[in-house]
Amino acid sequence: MSYRHNDSGRLIDRSQTLTFTFDGKTFTGHPGDTLASALLAGDRMLVGRSFKYHRPRGIVASGVEEPNALVNMGHGNRMEPNQRATTTELFDGLTAVSQNRWPTLDSDIGAMNAAIARFLPAGFYYKTFLWPRAFWKNVYEPFIRQSAGLGRAPTEADPDSYEHFHVHTDVLVVGGGVAGLAAAKAAAATGLKVLVLEQTHYWGGRTPVDGGKIDGMPAQEWIDATVAELEAMRNVTLRTRTMGAGVYDHGYALGYERLTDHAPDAEGPRHRLWRIRARQIVTATGAIERPLAFAGNDVPGVMLASAMRDYLVNWGVVPGQRIVVATNNDDGYRTAIVLKKAGLDVLRILDAREAGGGALMQEARDLGLRIDCGRGIGKVSGGKRVKKVQICVTTGTGGAMEALDCDAVAMAGGWSPVVHLWSHCGGKLVWDDAQAHFRPDPAKAPTGADGLPFVTTAGSASGPMALGSVLQDGAAAGTRAAKAAGGKGRAPKVPVAEDVEEAAMLPVWQMPARAEYRLKSKSWLDFQNDVKVSDVELAAREGFESVEHTKRYTTLGMATDQGKLSNINGLAVLAGALQKPIPQVGTTTFRPPYTPISIGAIGGSARGDIFQPVRMTPMHAWHDVHGADWEPVGQWRRPYAYPQQGEKVEEAVQREVTNTRDNVGLLDASTLGKILVRGPDAGRFLDMLYTNMMSTLKVGRCRYGLMCSENGFLIDDGVVARVGEDAWLCHTTTGGADRIHAHMEEWLQTEWWDWKVHVANLTEQYAQIAVVGPKARQLLESLGGMDLSAETLPFMAWADGELGGIGVRVYRISFSGELSFEIAVRAGQGLALWEKLVEAGKAFGVMPYGTEALHIMRAEKGFIMIGDETDGTVIPQDLGLDWAISKKKTDYLGKRAQERSHMTDPTRWKLVGLETEDGSVLPDGAYAVGRGKNANGQLVTQGRVTSSYHSPTLGRGIAMGLVLHGPDRMGEVLEFPGTDDKVYRAKIVNPVFFDPEGAKQNV
Amino acid sequence: MKRYSAFAIAREGFRAHKGWDRAWTAPEPRKNYDVIIVGAGGHGLATAYYLGRNFGITNVAILEKGWLGGGNTGRNTTIIRSNYLQDPSAAIYEKARSLYETLSQDLNYNVMFSPRGLIMLAQTHHEVRGYQRTAHANKLQGVDTEWISPTRVKELCPIIELKGPRYPVLGGLYQERGGTARHDAVAWGYARACSAMGMDIIQNCEVTGIRTEAGRVRGVSTTKGEIDCQKLGIVVAGHSGVLAQMAGFRLPIESVALQALVSEPIKPCMDVVVMANTVHGYMSQSDKGEMVIGGGADGFNNYTQRGSFHHIEETVRSLIETFPMVSRLKMLRQWGGIVDMTGDRSPILSKTPVDNIFINCGWGTGGFKAIPGSGWGFAELMATGESALCEAFSLDRFRAGRFIDESVAAGVAH
Amino acid sequence: MQRFTCPFCGLRDEREFSFAGESGKTRPDTAAEVSDADWSAYLFTGTNPRGRTDEIWVHTPCQEYFRMIRDTVTMEVLETVPLRRDPS
Repeated sequence: MSYRHNDSGRLIDRSQTLTFTFDGKTFTGHPGDTLASALLAGDRMLVGRSFKYHRPRGIVASGVEEPNALVNMGHGNRMEPNQRATTTELFDGLTAVSQNRWPTLDSDIGAMNAAIARFLPAGFYYKTFLWPRAFWKNVYEPFIRQSAGLGRAPTEADPDSYEHFHVHTDVLVVGGGVAGLAAAKAAAATGLKVLVLEQTHYWGGRTPVDGGKIDGMPAQEWIDATVAELEAMRNVTLRTRTMGAGVYDHGYALGYERLTDHAPDAEGPRHRLWRIRARQIVTATGAIERPLAFAGNDVPGVMLASAMRDYLVNWGVVPGQRIVVATNNDDGYRTAIVLKKAGLDVLRILDAREAGGGALMQEARDLGLRIDCGRGIGKVSGGKRVKKVQICVTTGTGGAMEALDCDAVAMAGGWSPVVHLWSHCGGKLVWDDAQAHFRPDPAKAPTGADGLPFVTTAGSASGPMALGSVLQDGAAAGTRAAKAAGGKGRAPKVPVAEDVEEAAMLPVWQMPARAEYRLKSKSWLDFQNDVKVSDVELAAREGFESVEHTKRYTTLGMATDQGKLSNINGLAVLAGALQKPIPQVGTTTFRPPYTPISIGAIGGSARGDIFQPVRMTPMHAWHDVHGADWEPVGQWRRPYAYPQQGEKVEEAVQREVTNTRDNVGLLDASTLGKILVRGPDAGRFLDMLYTNMMSTLKVGRCRYGLMCSENGFLIDDGVVARVGEDAWLCHTTTGGADRIHAHMEEWLQTEWWDWKVHVANLTEQYAQIAVVGPKARQLLESLGGMDLSAETLPFMAWADGELGGIGVRVYRISFSGELSFEIAVRAGQGLALWEKLVEAGKAFGVMPYGTEALHIMRAEKGFIMIGDETDGTVIPQDLGLDWAISKKKTDYLGKRAQERSHMTDPTRWKLVGLETEDGSVLPDGAYAVGRGKNANGQLVTQGRVTSSYHSPTLGRGIAMGLVLHGPDRMGEVLEFPGTDDKVYRAKIVNPVFFDPEGAKQNV
Repeated sequence: MKRYSAFAIAREGFRAHKGWDRAWTAPEPRKNYDVIIVGAGGHGLATAYYLGRNFGITNVAILEKGWLGGGNTGRNTTIIRSNYLQDPSAAIYEKARSLYETLSQDLNYNVMFSPRGLIMLAQTHHEVRGYQRTAHANKLQGVDTEWISPTRVKELCPIIELKGPRYPVLGGLYQERGGTARHDAVAWGYARACSAMGMDIIQNCEVTGIRTEAGRVRGVSTTKGEIDCQKLGIVVAGHSGVLAQMAGFRLPIESVALQALVSEPIKPCMDVVVMANTVHGYMSQSDKGEMVIGGGADGFNNYTQRGSFHHIEETVRSLIETFPMVSRLKMLRQWGGIVDMTGDRSPILSKTPVDNIFINCGWGTGGFKAIPGSGWGFAELMATGESALCEAFSLDRFRAGRFIDESVAAGVAH
Repeated sequence: MQRFTCPFCGLRDEREFSFAGESGKTRPDTAAEVSDADWSAYLFTGTNPRGRTDEIWVHTPCQEYFRMIRDTVTMEVLETVPLRRDPS
């Protein structure tokens, strides 16, 4: 059984008891426990099921590398899947549920998969489930999906909040172990800004577990003193519970702080994403111990040797009472020694090396422990708990020499530096034969914007594992980073520690070396994804020779732990199968984040109402109060219509059109772009920008203009007013304002840089109100202040003046075919003028109208709309706008492009009006069918509907469309198959449906 | 080639899986081939496969600089759909989609094509109009799609929030037979089938030069020696520019990073694939249970296979608005792929200025879904010199101004 | 996320910038005959280099276009200069 052993446990506070539940059963623990240590204390060894075979799984590690102990935590809208028990700090009232099992963890139906595991090798699903064809989607796949997937998904919106921090620092140190602290101290001594991130809630990493003396004092004392020293420095920031998640280009790094995961009742955000800009980054990320691959190494009770020591020293917990230790290096002895000293029964140390180890072996022997050299584990038996270990010769085939009854196994396979952060941004690795691991290659560091290295590794993350070397490397890394970041001054004294001499380790990738298939097929590499030695060998045999192929074929290293325990072992097995040296097989790519981070934290605080800023016109609040039905238009919101009490939106639109045509309507046109173009060459510039001539426009007059891209396509339209000798005001579409402004700047700066022109985007400086309808002039005259008669202000003219005491500029332009004035006013007075117009307009039946009424009225008049009649593939010539293309100009943007063969092709579809025979509304976007099929078997088309509305003015449907030879086919009837399986018939007509003579607008 | 089946697995299960052949052989290059395909990604392998299957051309070598399927084929979000707007696009993507339906059986390799349904969300009025237009076009193109209401969207995808404050769901374009497939398996399945037809897939073999004579291809120089060929197909995505330069012509191609991420695996919660183009986010749930999320592309040239994190932030933030539950999931892994974009964002499947050199590139963000159709059409073009599927995608369209523009959402409203 | 130096505003985050095209392209003189091929090359064909690249970018907040020499593989930024000033 696993239990709370004695009064050890340096991280827990035994004076307080916390209560929590796992799978509905109540357990207790102490502050300082992780969920994993508390479960072990409560003899809960079985904590999960593996992904594929649903094998029983116990806790194997003590940190972020844990592949097995994943639980569903919380409930309701705070439920969260796949929480790692080893990094979950215990709190009172925690509720956890095991995953990937049904109906219960102890009797899981899915475990049947384990019984037929021999038929489910790596990639079996690529070779079967082929017939019958429909079964993949409807039978096989649902079954596979249901049995995979680990935790349950939350279903509701997340009630917690998240936020981002933006931090600039000279040196970022990731990892608060002794190497990180030594690095921080060295860097901080230069006076530079130093930020230190530690993923756990305590400093010092694993050193206090392993013991040793630093600068003559016990490790913990040195750690406390150093942290106190750093805390006292104003240039140093220390942060626990904050993981270095990723390193990106140019010294950008992400920190992931878990603020309330351990205290769910606390106020404030749950997670915080630190967006860090560092001149230099020191990754003091430590090392992770590798498991050994022997048969049954996945049985609950088999644990990493270092983890077993962590559980005992940190939390006073042991996974069993009769323990076997298997190792291929000296470090494994530390676990045996710690266990023995705590009074536990260490049955045997199996050292894979014929010659055994060094001083630590001697110490173990002196403690009376029995050591078998050249021996290893042939097989571990037991279902949900270790029961027996068979001992074999390491170099043999697995024949059992002896069996030991035991209830826990510690495995020590050697250590691999955590190279993730080093690798995220391109740092390269080098194979270290002596320690059988990949370590960072300092000559090939990630480089920054200046082409120089910006990441340096410290401590065991660099490769050395002994305390003295770790400290030395840490301090040197801090000094190096500070120097590279521009720090000056002497480095402080390097902390020193005495190292125990260790004997060389022996790489053991399969125990025993010549194991038979039956053992290899039970020797796990990836515990969560159920990848065994036999699977990697099968992949190699089948030609998946690249490590990327093998990883993908077997799913090795693709689980939630991203291969922290399995990558090197898997790689070595693959290299062995291919008979190639390990470095030639290479490694897979390390991708951020180091461990999974919440998507909520990535999103940050910008959610719900503050998800994105909303741009508001000066009249926005008025529209809101008066019932506007909003339509998002880019970042703006514009009133689509103003439905009245009991009125449907569509009805409101029809009313708004009718009222504007009969009386007078108001439109908030403030969102339209207003760009001032000014300078001696402004006319010349606009002549290049627009298809028509703008330089000849007279001051005081307006002209409608079209703009094309250099590729020939129509990109924007609007009215241009000449507002001075050297100044023009260009109106653009709402969406075009920023885009066209940028377009102008680009041409002026890159190509016509010597032209004397400057442009300014005044869109938000002015509110603009369209006063539209037969009573528009009367309404404005009732406000008084300026002469708006047809004689003084004819169509397509503008004038400055005053209305109701407010300074205005009035443009007499029309997008509706009505008598229409667009009134520009300083933004600050927009609402005042609007309200005056509403008040004074009561006598004339004024009503505001929205974008949809605007659309209908323009369609009734046959005016095109950018985005409706155009879609990025349409040129002005398609739209019958040849009148707006100057014949006199030798050049304008788009002109050359429009001369290409496809642009002048007479078969391009051209703009026409379309009228259904029965007056109904043509489906928007419908295509007209032609005759027969094309070479790809598609029905031939000969046109399409670009806009379609019910016109209240005409009392029937009207539409515009682009049709093959359209203008030459007036009166012809086309067929438009609808998506409702009806065929709509419509006649080709002139696109100007209403008042073709312009009698209404020209009064 | 030993056939794969449940029976074969059962047999091997009793003999330690010793009897499985190599999925593909590892030959050394011969001196001469009828056809050389450069690039053993999905498109290159599919081209070789259909050259053999449809035209009996099997004296073929497929040269790969790295490992087969190691490029964008194994680095995408695996979405398959064919509801494109323009006729040429709809034709080639629908050909591909229909081939995917039977690909597992054709290749005797389970590529796990899962027609689980795909919704393209309309979140602005402009998108509503755009997708309704596409629905009409698809009807005449023989592509099975339909416009669906928000209520139906919610039925198909219960985790969706219809009433976002910024981008409410106004409906969607639904393709019932759209879905996903296992990306690696597509490359592996084609590779195995090519190898079984006697073709040589030569990995770790980089082309360093292209030999021409009198405007006609003669062969290629590689890191494994000189190899002659009658015809050469260049199918190398982001490296097309480099190969084109070797042959003496240039391409309208840019290489940019496109990013994606996956969450930790969770039990099934989303059966359909959802694309939200307004916010540049795509999401589906893999068979393993991971939520696979695709984001937008960087706007500049980049060959690093990593993009900028702020794009991930923006994608994720928008997805949280539309799928609030994802906030509590965790991001497991993020990565970037380098995609090759043309001037009109549609691919190039074309003859080139050099006789008997053909190029297939420019798939941008949409290449995976096209693999079978692209291979089918490109094989036809290489074998016969003509292909209706490829015709509109020729290189000369950029000269004539005959673009195939799928980005109709580029318009704006007044 | 990268950082670039706007020659006018200084060092800023990548998200403030937009790529505007490769340097060195000049609009063909349309007064003379321009072939379709040349027009197409002007519009669409770039060098798309793997390695050192010479580009035009714009710093959105100040709206100034400038020239940047950078590396598309290492992400090194070699130099940013105002337009029409030679890089060193």
